[in-house]
Amino acid sequence: MTDVAKEWKQVLAKDQIRRSVTRISHEILERNGGAKNIAIVGIRTRGEHLAKRIHEKIIAIESTEVPLGVVDITLYRDDLSNSSDQPLVRGTDLPFNVDKRVIVLVDDVLYTGRTVRSALDAIIDFGRPKAVQLAVLVDRGHRELPIRADYVGKSIPTAAHEMVQVLLTECDEDEGVYLRDTRKVQS
Amino acid sequence: MSKENAITPAAFRHLLGIEGLSRDQINYLLDTAEVFTDINRRKIKKVPSLRGKTVINLFLEPSTRTRTSFEIAAKRLSADAVNVSGDSSSVTKGETLIDTARTLEAMAPDVVVIRHSASGAPQLIAEHLSSSAVVNAGDGLHEHPTQALLDALTIKQALGTLSGIKLVLVGDVLRSRVARSNIFLHRVLGNKVVVVAPPTLARPEFEAMGVEVHHHMEPALEGANVVMSLRMKKEYLGQSFVPTLEEYSHKYCITEKLLAKYAPESIVLSPGPFIRGTEIESAVIDGPRSYYDAQVENGVAVRMAVIYLLCRGLSARASTESDAGMEDLVDDEIIEELAHAKAG
Amino acid sequence: MQRQAKPTVIFGGKVICPESGLNAERDLLLEDGVVKAVEAPGAFSGVADAVQHDVSGKLVLPGLIDIHVHLREPGYEWKETVATGAAAAAAGGFSRICCMPNTNPINDTASVTDYIIEAAAAAGKARVHPIGAISVGSKGKDLAPMLELKEAGCVAFSDDGSPVMNAGLMRLALEYCLMVDAVLTVHEEDTNLSHGFSMNESVHSVRLGLQGMPGAAEDVMIARDIELARLTGGRVHFCHVSTARAVELIRRAKHDGISVTAEVAPHHCVLTEEAVGEFNTQAKMSMPLRSEEDRRAVLAGLQEGVIDCIASDHAPHESDSKDCEFERASFGIIGLQTTLPLMLEKVRSGSLKLERMVAALTCDAARCLQIDGGSLAVGSPADVAVVDPEGKWTLSRDSILSKSVNTPFLGTEFCGKAVNTFVGGCLVHGGDLEMNE
Repeated sequence: MTDVAKEWKQVLAKDQIRRSVTRISHEILERNGGAKNIAIVGIRTRGEHLAKRIHEKIIAIESTEVPLGVVDITLYRDDLSNSSDQPLVRGTDLPFNVDKRVIVLVDDVLYTGRTVRSALDAIIDFGRPKAVQLAVLVDRGHRELPIRADYVGKSIPTAAHEMVQVLLTECDEDEGVYLRDTRKVQS
Repeated sequence: MSKENAITPAAFRHLLGIEGLSRDQINYLLDTAEVFTDINRRKIKKVPSLRGKTVINLFLEPSTRTRTSFEIAAKRLSADAVNVSGDSSSVTKGETLIDTARTLEAMAPDVVVIRHSASGAPQLIAEHLSSSAVVNAGDGLHEHPTQALLDALTIKQALGTLSGIKLVLVGDVLRSRVARSNIFLHRVLGNKVVVVAPPTLARPEFEAMGVEVHHHMEPALEGANVVMSLRMKKEYLGQSFVPTLEEYSHKYCITEKLLAKYAPESIVLSPGPFIRGTEIESAVIDGPRSYYDAQVENGVAVRMAVIYLLCRGLSARASTESDAGMEDLVDDEIIEELAHAKAG
Repeated sequence: MQRQAKPTVIFGGKVICPESGLNAERDLLLEDGVVKAVEAPGAFSGVADAVQHDVSGKLVLPGLIDIHVHLREPGYEWKETVATGAAAAAAGGFSRICCMPNTNPINDTASVTDYIIEAAAAAGKARVHPIGAISVGSKGKDLAPMLELKEAGCVAFSDDGSPVMNAGLMRLALEYCLMVDAVLTVHEEDTNLSHGFSMNESVHSVRLGLQGMPGAAEDVMIARDIELARLTGGRVHFCHVSTARAVELIRRAKHDGISVTAEVAPHHCVLTEEAVGEFNTQAKMSMPLRSEEDRRAVLAGLQEGVIDCIASDHAPHESDSKDCEFERASFGIIGLQTTLPLMLEKVRSGSLKLERMVAALTCDAARCLQIDGGSLAVGSPADVAVVDPEGKWTLSRDSILSKSVNTPFLGTEFCGKAVNTFVGGCLVHGGDLEMNE
């Protein structure tokens, strides 16, 4: 087990995550000229928690109501068989009118872009937003679709055989972003 | 939810009946169905998750309501739904059910939904379909699992809970597959189930299934949370089990007067179609106790959940059979490993 | 059976013949189709020109008798023929079988009886005694010509699975048989109570949503026919008794001195309705498999002698009629090759005495239908079953000689088998190893 411990490398600490969230919140307000007409939407599971943090931060800065939503992309995946999916479908909750609104989609890690693609499909089933922007805590590269993030906490160059895991206190015992080389574990 | 007890879609191979499902499996199905009720209320009532999947509705017994419900469910998941109808009760039957299964197999459907007049027919089909999932949409007098699930979802929405309730089934329990599936479901959940009908229709054998058998309405209804009216047919296999429907109705019709007195808080369900004034008073079925419309609505959601989970089960099994590399590691496993690593 | 066989000496085995009260090491000399002599071990070692057959460590029994089989010929030859059924009988240790009349046409005329007897003679594997119909076409309306059938070779009468529901007709049949001197061997089922059934009526049938047959459907008919036998003095034999109540009714009738006898099928001694499981059609029979209480009662009744004999109710069906919806599947299983090992299992488990089992498969079976055989007394027909009670074997499709393989015991490993069967002094089963002549 100690061997495995060595494999995990922390790339973002709790403090750094907090600062990233603050910075992203400010950037969102700056880019959109305030909080008017925007909605924050997290992608389940960890994107949902990050969205809540950003949402809180924005309200604190602007003292105004901003709608918050969550999308579950399980039903919009392009591959049913991927078992790293959520075992339980938990549904999408967008308690506001999507039409003509600027949606800020929030996720923890941007990798291939397929999750974001699914989330876009899910949102579009609810209406026609004015624009959709993307905020992620970590961009690790290796895109397979023409998708980029508008707000990035930290860009971390990775190899395909590396694995990135975000832990948040809302759902995990620990908080931080970790990196691991899967080749070493397998050998 | 601890990891060992966690239900995953791979836990579902077929849905042949409620009997044999665990409490966790039932709750998992209902939780999933609840998500689908939201989709059915959207403007765009469709998700792309089962694009390219094929669902065959093999209805070998006349049914419009259940078949339509399954068809809508499949289509809202973007699966291609194909209806095959026939009459399995006809004496001059053509091909055998096993040959039908073989023909279907060659068309490679992902899910086969079957309704058949013979108890156990879905089991037989399932034994002969190696790569498809089978859903029982009603077999003989045996089971009608999606009906019991949609009833349960309706009860959960109406009462806010599925535990500690008293369910009363009124009418022809002997010949009712809806009754059997409901009995299995509520016994697994630990609920009290009571059947009430003339002794010709509510035989003592039901007691061995954990059910209280009554022949008089008043003690049966006492304190009921849910009252379910079952379809009453006068004749079966050429035998009449009650002298007349009028005499039956005189004693067993579900009336507002009875409910107000003995089960004032109860809700009323019916699998439909019902005979107004014979099985159930119009004032009841059209009144605030009745959740008939919710049942129909939940029927689509429950069937979506069943079809969706079975398709995911098929995919999950297919992928574990191919290669379970690091890419397929479940989130939870990684987190657990990390936790161990930090502890160590 | 008309073939000439060389004299045969069967030596080294233990002879059990309840009819002659023998249970000891004895050697047999078979000659001219009869048991010529039974002597102490070694007595025939010097007999010249005799085939010496060493059966050391084996049991030597009178050729077994099965008074309830279905041979399906004429009319249903794809299920079974007289020849294949007789071969299965020989392989199961049976030298004498009685076949039910529910062929097509029904065995209600001498020409059908003649046909079966000729087919059996040509097969030469077992003695086959046809059972004739009680009513024309087994339709329950008019009496079949029972005297003509008896003279043609029928040994008893039955409408089998289409029981005589009309008590008046049953009375007439019983009275008429006093003159014909034959037993009515009856499948007791009140069809008004069993309408549409496919298994026993209990929580299991309710759970599976299958129409059940209550035990009472069998019991009321047994009670009726006991009273009709009391009224007429006629003789009734009850087929495949399956309920505890029926055993009680028969016990009381026998106590009252009424001429009734009864049989039990091996599957009712070893299986219960739980074998139906999730719609296993190989557990669908008529009489249906009953409760554990019933199973214990019929087995105890057999040991006690209230139930006289064991009969297989060998009911061959092609696989298509079992590989289908439970409610549509045919009733019954094959039994000629599994009866002996299943009952030996009960002997090993202590619920049945070996001598009682042998009697129930030999002399007591013969007595029920008043037929010959079932004895190794000097002068008896030279019908012998040599049994290895410890012989291990597995029931496979290849080992089944019947045309049909409908049995829940496929793949079962058995302990105990018939290694040789002699009919009229001729070896019809066994030899060195599966040497089927």
